[in-house]
Amino acid sequence: MTISCVLVANRGEIARRVFRTCRDLGVATVAVHSDADASAAHVREADAAVRLPGESSAQTYLRGEAVVAAALAAGADAVHPGYGFLSENAGFARAVLEAGLVWIGPSPDAIEAMGSKTRAKRLMRDAGVPVLDGTGAPPPLLIKASAGGGGRGMRVVRELASLDEELAAARAEARAAFGDDEVFVEPYVEDGRHIEVQVLADAHGTLWTLGERDCSVQRRHQKVIEETPAPGIGDDLRRTLHDAARDAAKAIGYVGAGTVEFLVCGAGRPYFLEMNTRLQVEHPVTECVTGLDLVREQIRVAEGARLTGQPPTPRGHAVEARLYAEDPAHDWRPQTGTVHRFRIDPGPGLRVDSGVEDGDVVGVRYDPMLAKVVAHADTREEALRLLARALERARLHGPLTNRDLLVRVARDPRFVRGGVSTAFLADFDLAGPDDPSVTALSALAAALADAAGRHPLGGWRNVPSQPQLKRYAAVRDGAVHEVRYRHTRRGPVPEGHEDVRVLSYAHDGVVLEVAGVRRRFEVSAYGDQVFVDSPLGARAFTALSRFPEPQARTAPGSLLAPMPGTVARIADVAVGDRVTAGQPLLWLEAMKMEHRVSAPADGTLTALHAEPGRQVELGAVLAVVTEPGSTDRESQSPA
Amino acid sequence: MTTTADAHPTADAEADRRIMLDRLAELEAEHAKAIAGGGPKYVQRHRDRGKLTARERIELLLDPDTPFLELSPLAAWGSDYPVGASIVTGIGVVEGTECVVTANDPTVRGGASNPWTLKKALRANEIAFANRLPLVSLVESGGADLPSQKEIFIPGGALFRDLTRLSAAGIPTIAVVFGNSTAGGAYVPGMSDHVVMVKERAKVFLGGPPLVKMATGEEADDESLGGADMHARVSGLADHFALDEPDALRTARSIVARLNRRKQGPSPRLAPEPPRYDEEELLGIVPGDLRTPFDPREVIARIVDGSRFDEFKPLYGPSLVTGWAELHGYPLGVLANAQGVLFSPESQKAAQFIQLANQRDIPLLFLHNTTGYMVGREYEQGGIIKHGAMMINAVSNSRVPHISLLIGASYGAGHYGMCGRAYDPRFLFAWPSAKSAVMGPAQLAGVLSIVARQSAAAGGMPYDEEADAGLRAMVERQIEEESLPAFLSGRLYDDGVIDPRDTRTVLGVCLSAVHNAPVEGARGGFGVFRM
Repeated sequence: MTISCVLVANRGEIARRVFRTCRDLGVATVAVHSDADASAAHVREADAAVRLPGESSAQTYLRGEAVVAAALAAGADAVHPGYGFLSENAGFARAVLEAGLVWIGPSPDAIEAMGSKTRAKRLMRDAGVPVLDGTGAPPPLLIKASAGGGGRGMRVVRELASLDEELAAARAEARAAFGDDEVFVEPYVEDGRHIEVQVLADAHGTLWTLGERDCSVQRRHQKVIEETPAPGIGDDLRRTLHDAARDAAKAIGYVGAGTVEFLVCGAGRPYFLEMNTRLQVEHPVTECVTGLDLVREQIRVAEGARLTGQPPTPRGHAVEARLYAEDPAHDWRPQTGTVHRFRIDPGPGLRVDSGVEDGDVVGVRYDPMLAKVVAHADTREEALRLLARALERARLHGPLTNRDLLVRVARDPRFVRGGVSTAFLADFDLAGPDDPSVTALSALAAALADAAGRHPLGGWRNVPSQPQLKRYAAVRDGAVHEVRYRHTRRGPVPEGHEDVRVLSYAHDGVVLEVAGVRRRFEVSAYGDQVFVDSPLGARAFTALSRFPEPQARTAPGSLLAPMPGTVARIADVAVGDRVTAGQPLLWLEAMKMEHRVSAPADGTLTALHAEPGRQVELGAVLAVVTEPGSTDRESQSPA
Repeated sequence: MTTTADAHPTADAEADRRIMLDRLAELEAEHAKAIAGGGPKYVQRHRDRGKLTARERIELLLDPDTPFLELSPLAAWGSDYPVGASIVTGIGVVEGTECVVTANDPTVRGGASNPWTLKKALRANEIAFANRLPLVSLVESGGADLPSQKEIFIPGGALFRDLTRLSAAGIPTIAVVFGNSTAGGAYVPGMSDHVVMVKERAKVFLGGPPLVKMATGEEADDESLGGADMHARVSGLADHFALDEPDALRTARSIVARLNRRKQGPSPRLAPEPPRYDEEELLGIVPGDLRTPFDPREVIARIVDGSRFDEFKPLYGPSLVTGWAELHGYPLGVLANAQGVLFSPESQKAAQFIQLANQRDIPLLFLHNTTGYMVGREYEQGGIIKHGAMMINAVSNSRVPHISLLIGASYGAGHYGMCGRAYDPRFLFAWPSAKSAVMGPAQLAGVLSIVARQSAAAGGMPYDEEADAGLRAMVERQIEEESLPAFLSGRLYDDGVIDPRDTRTVLGVCLSAVHNAPVEGARGGFGVFRM
């Protein structure tokens, strides 16, 4: 049969990615959306969209029956699940098929076979594929959600004493994210590489392996940079991996696009991790080197077509970086806010799959990935160079992102040499060094752009006594940069920059001559948020008021919400209890991660402003711990 | 018809430019004295108390990157009091609204007012009134400088009268009290529309603790008599209680933002063209020796939009150039002396031109370089007095805003006819090259000598030629000194001495300021023109 209208049971960049191929094929598109996503990019560009009432994933994108109803209502004849959400939910696949719709994915049985990681491992061991087994193994151990993926529900346990507590937390996270709290434990291989093989099979017995991907650069067990081919692995290992992947797929009669993931330990021995019965986030690198459109192939296979001829021979090297709205230097804290501008200059060899457009809001509800940036070139070195520069020159005007980290990784000598392990980022300098001269010049450019057009006569003085003073806090580290300059008949003259001349300044750009070299800075301001982009690098600042706000009053020992989120649960404590430093008081769920809020010091819990399910804003007081000795002054005063 | 002023620097321009640069260096040195206030020691003591200087307060009050035209910076020059007269005044932009700002300089004798402080403050009030500009007073003054009280006490009452008259005219007045504002000074907040006081700093009372003790025997402290907290919570004199100085200035800004001010004059043309000639060349136009005439079109070409100047009656009365132009987008009529002397035709031409500007509601700029009205039998018989009177009549009763700029000489009744200080121009500035007196120093000394010689001859006394030469030299020197811009500026006879290269900007600020009030010329209402 021929598919004419596809509903994508997903959101963000992957929904848009699938829509793109549908458009290329002349297939109509249907989006679904939560209330929070009512005006999201994927909704805007679909031919039709159906609302899934509610905000949380559980109320919306995870409600299979609602998605099926949406597909029927909108007249779709096929459903593409994307990745995450219901993509590996066999029940959902069945419901789609039972509704008479085409399921663009493997059979529910295949999903089921691989869906439980515990069962999948058993299956693979039986098929002769090496697996890791955690039963009775010594720490470090890794707890994983059986139904999981994308790093959620994963926890490393370094001491057996904390195993129970971590298991509970992992179960809670798994239940919230996947509706299934089964978890399992395996030995944690710290110096392993994550290498996976893309497979594509039709319903007629043809199975292709389409090269491997190295996804070893990870944070919190989530992939950050992926590439193909895997650098530095020999032909023997490559063949072993491809054969094992083929065996795994064959063992379950796999049809469609899928990925078999391996952990390759230091000694070069691969272990089966899991099989993802869906399209991977990082599929574009494979597309770049093979020239295939994997979504198109998925649709063709779902339509019953055959894979004909030989699998394409990979050409060149492709690298993908995942751009997240997060602060790597502060525990990868997810960032929220409006993406005022999102632009990566297009060019040969560059591909950008983004989930956001200018003006979109990154909220607390869903994954904070903004886009995937992919560079494809003849060699790995060229691809990395292209990727780093594209990221460096990207106009990312919005929440803080991991862009700087990605650029530094792409240029890091160890990474460029190739073959880093999944522990690579663990000892990487996440904050990174600042180039103070670039930051200072960028702050100067921000100040001058701000000055431009304020008054036709500028800040002229007939009796000049002091320079104009502006203060900017760098978003990356909060460091305050003071900018001083004087308005003269010949234009503004900066102070403290003896080698700088202002060649021109306008509200959107400043041209400076720095030590004889002409440099252009683009400046974009959105309220007090200022973004300065130049070939020297991008800088983000918060323009500080000339009139500092009176200090916010916070009771000593107040625990403030480190981010907006929902109170997940409260520890077994009550107001008046003695608590010890580090004792967990409550857990905050944000971005599908559980964040523990612990007592800052020994003392008494004197207030608790939280109950499970309560939404809290950044900086909200959650609890107050009063240290002994810090008594209330009022009560001391004589009656 | 458009005539574009042709501009060719003279051969002597480089020499004249060097002379001008020397004078500018001297001017800068005098301005530096005003900026230094009470000197490093007192400024440091002030800062150590966590306080901002007068100019820092002003900078924080103003919108960033907007101009500030400081007025009378040389006040008290040549007097016994420090240059600047312990107060800073000027026109600046606060929350997009042009305001007159005054700030006591507490580093100079505690910000005490001397006679020049008073004159400078009254001039600022006058500018606020004439141009309908809100007045923001940044107050910290120990009150009157007691040794000179005789020159302050009686005329000083005008300060408070001005505040309430501004208020009555619908011109907002805002007082921000940073420190002492006691006795008579208490009426500055007392008479203002809006009052901000800084916590634990403002001190506003009629009588301090010692005076109260003497008067009634009551024991009271500063805070209970006049602290910000008391005035904000008890007396109600303070509308706003500020935690610190920046908080007070932020509050003042938010008050201005809510004044709902709209400029009553017409808006300027947008995106005006700059002059086609370099403003730097303005330094080389006025000759070092004012006896050498120069063409004021050279100046006009370097200050008006696109260097476009449409002359009125160019062939009649050529010693006075009149014509129309725009400056920073504002229409402007210009009267400029060309050969120094005003004859009858020049006077009549001026009277006609001023009447036209009034009919058209166009502000006027007077560029002074005049030695006065022509004397001599022929001219007296030709009615020079009548014609000069016509010009003075027209200037006096004109209702459009006038701005005077002394670029060269401004002598005799020519100073009056060209809208000198007594003729209430909205603004009057001088270039460092300017000189103003009843006549040139040499002429004045010569006249004195002739009179003395005649007197001696009438009495049959021998005339002491040697003594005469000495007297002439002395008089010439004295008049020369008293004609100089710093001297005149020190006595508040102008609003400041400016760098010629800043002329267009200064005039731009002034024209923008005058357009806060309606720009309406007189329709009739002149005195009898003696024909």
